[in-house]
Amino acid sequence: MGEIARGRPGVSARTETYLDWNATTPLRPEAAAAMSEVLARCGNPSSVHRWGRAARQAIEQARFTVAALLDTPAEGVVFVSGGTEANHLALLGSGRDRVLVSAVEHDSVLRAAPEAERISVDCDGVVVLDTLDRLVAADPRPALVSVMLANNETGVVQPVAAIGAIARTHGALFHCDAVQAAGKITLDARTIGADFVTLSAHKLGGPPGIGALVVTGELELTPLLHGGGQERGRRAGTENLVGIAGFAAAAVAATEEIAVYDRVRALRDALESGLAAIAPDAVVLGAAAPRLPNTAAIAMPGVAAETQVIALDLDGVMVSAGAACSSGKVGPSHVLEAMGVGPDLVGSTIRVSLGWDSSEADVAHFLRAWTRLYRRCRGSSLGARAA
Amino acid sequence: MSSVTAAPARRSEAYLGNAMPIYLDNQSSTRLDPRVLEAMLPYFTEQYGNPHSASHAYGRMAAEAIEQARSEIAALIHADPRELAFTSGATEANNLAIKGAAHFARLYPQSGQPRDQIVTLTTEHKCVLESCLRLEREGFRVIYLPVEPSGRVSLDRLAEALSERTLLVSVMAAHNEIGVIQPLAEIGALCRSKGVLFHSDAAQAVGKIALDVEEMQIDLLSISGHKVYGPKGVGVLYVRRRPRVRLLPLIDGGGQERGLRSGTLPTPLCVGIGRAAAIAATEMTDEAGRLRRLRDRLQAGLARRIPGLRLNGDAERRLPGSLNFCFPGLAAMKLIEACPALAISTGSACTSASVEPSYVLRALGLSEADANSGIRIGLGRFTTPAEVDFAIDALAAAATQLRAEAGMAGEGRAPI
Repeated sequence: MGEIARGRPGVSARTETYLDWNATTPLRPEAAAAMSEVLARCGNPSSVHRWGRAARQAIEQARFTVAALLDTPAEGVVFVSGGTEANHLALLGSGRDRVLVSAVEHDSVLRAAPEAERISVDCDGVVVLDTLDRLVAADPRPALVSVMLANNETGVVQPVAAIGAIARTHGALFHCDAVQAAGKITLDARTIGADFVTLSAHKLGGPPGIGALVVTGELELTPLLHGGGQERGRRAGTENLVGIAGFAAAAVAATEEIAVYDRVRALRDALESGLAAIAPDAVVLGAAAPRLPNTAAIAMPGVAAETQVIALDLDGVMVSAGAACSSGKVGPSHVLEAMGVGPDLVGSTIRVSLGWDSSEADVAHFLRAWTRLYRRCRGSSLGARAA
Repeated sequence: MSSVTAAPARRSEAYLGNAMPIYLDNQSSTRLDPRVLEAMLPYFTEQYGNPHSASHAYGRMAAEAIEQARSEIAALIHADPRELAFTSGATEANNLAIKGAAHFARLYPQSGQPRDQIVTLTTEHKCVLESCLRLEREGFRVIYLPVEPSGRVSLDRLAEALSERTLLVSVMAAHNEIGVIQPLAEIGALCRSKGVLFHSDAAQAVGKIALDVEEMQIDLLSISGHKVYGPKGVGVLYVRRRPRVRLLPLIDGGGQERGLRSGTLPTPLCVGIGRAAAIAATEMTDEAGRLRRLRDRLQAGLARRIPGLRLNGDAERRLPGSLNFCFPGLAAMKLIEACPALAISTGSACTSASVEPSYVLRALGLSEADANSGIRIGLGRFTTPAEVDFAIDALAAAATQLRAEAGMAGEGRAPI
């Protein structure tokens, strides 16, 4: 049976530069190795025969591994199909009628609880703690507060320890969507202080189609999917054995190699200062707040994000105009709007996100392509004005 | 780049070698076909783009591969690719079909009598029954129809159960424990004539028998990857466009899959189930003949050597590779333990650790003792004649010995 290749993914001869790591990451070799090991196994993990038991063993080992990352008991890990499902399971399954979400949450949180009260953010995209405190206190019903650890579009990191403390003070549960942060900054459930944590494998070097909701305490959870009673009755469906094995291996590797993000931060900072040197009018959004080391949300005023993204793509540089899932949509980013960013900037913001494998050459490629684009746009607008 | 830690990949070969029992549990899961794996591999590594990143080539390549897969699956069931939504598996597809239809009907009631009733069978898979149970708690009414001793639904009883309040009928295409195939076209015609939606859990049937959502007038159909030699963690729900079937999503967010199922699509898994469907489409007819011959060989061999052996469920209208026997007087778990070289089961994997007798066999009218002696055998694409002969010997020897121990030795001759 074939094995999943362990080499560097085929970015052909560096003529293509992938800077959309927040959308998805390449598979880590450790994940590929772990997946190759279980690919040939055909058992259903619920079967009692030896094939089944071997599959079950691999899953429970992975569960233990993922739990250890968050310093939480293994039985708290519920494997699901990804971050979107995990967010739904937390918001719909917590049993709390009252739900509060930050205005910059991912669509999968916002759409899971469309009636939820919105917690506003400041101009850097950070939840205002006083506002949150007042909002939670205003209604005595037991609540669930959902705030992400780091934003997918801007990389802005929320003060989740303080948010968790506020929630606890008022008897509210705290859910933290850590999909973008996991693997990029250190996390454990105690520092986050969350009752529920959402993780996604394909954002940290694991395969797509697998994620987890980690329940850190002894909390009841109403399932979203009913059926065979897998995952202690909290998520029915035959477990995705290969995905789970890859997820756990990637999570371990990401944690062990978290220091690589010091280098990534330096690259990202170099990219931003390079931009500032080329274009005094470019704006980095959320720059005043603590941010993930890999993400830059950059606005080139007056040039549509789509135009920038297409031009960069033609030059072999892959970035995005925001969240991948809404890339097909034309609507403006709710994240930037919540930060009070003006419509001209909202429509002209691209997301550049780096990863553990990004290099100085990638940054240089981006800056070259971006400079060409900038000169062309600014040149033509100057030309238009002259004419 | 991280250094590649050389994982001891070879270890698994010793583990998976002769030490592992012969796999005869293809209803619970199937081995990933090497051709499927080969198709999936590039999408784990080189082509890792997020298929929803429309702005760059990596994303577009992934999206194209997914659309190709969607077409391959659609062709297998004679659907339009736009009628398919990828899910995390058949459990999610069944949950989405049943709850999604019910929730939509409640939110957007049609004029006239509200349709708030669901009709299903007592022998359906747990994920259908549990979804129905959930809906009952939400105020919907569910009718659980019994089945004939053959395991098939009585069309007359089904017709009687339908009313102007019936929203949906959910009947499995082919059964996971007894392999029995339901009269899908007849059920489809009946439902259509009454304006009732017809959902079929086809996790076991897809790729094993010919299915045609047009001819059978199926409105919603659930498919699983890992039951057709594809990967675990992916499935499909077919949702009819004409006349249009509307569902409320269970999982919302980025709006993928036409808003029916949000979440980043797992490109390698989608490619895998697509390739699995394409292989099944090409090979199904020949493979069904091969499996039927193997199945008949197994059945005849066992019947010759084990007195009193009884087949459960309709003898003719069943999946080619599926058998379910009662070994009267023998406890199934004992027999399985006595055959450590065979991977077989008492029934559904979800409940196979349970000590309760199969609710499916009970629903066929079997006594508790008989239901407790039921064993499911599932032959598959990689099953060989030699394995079947080995299984006959192993089961016959074990049955003979267990009966001798119990002081009720039959005429069964012990194998050499």
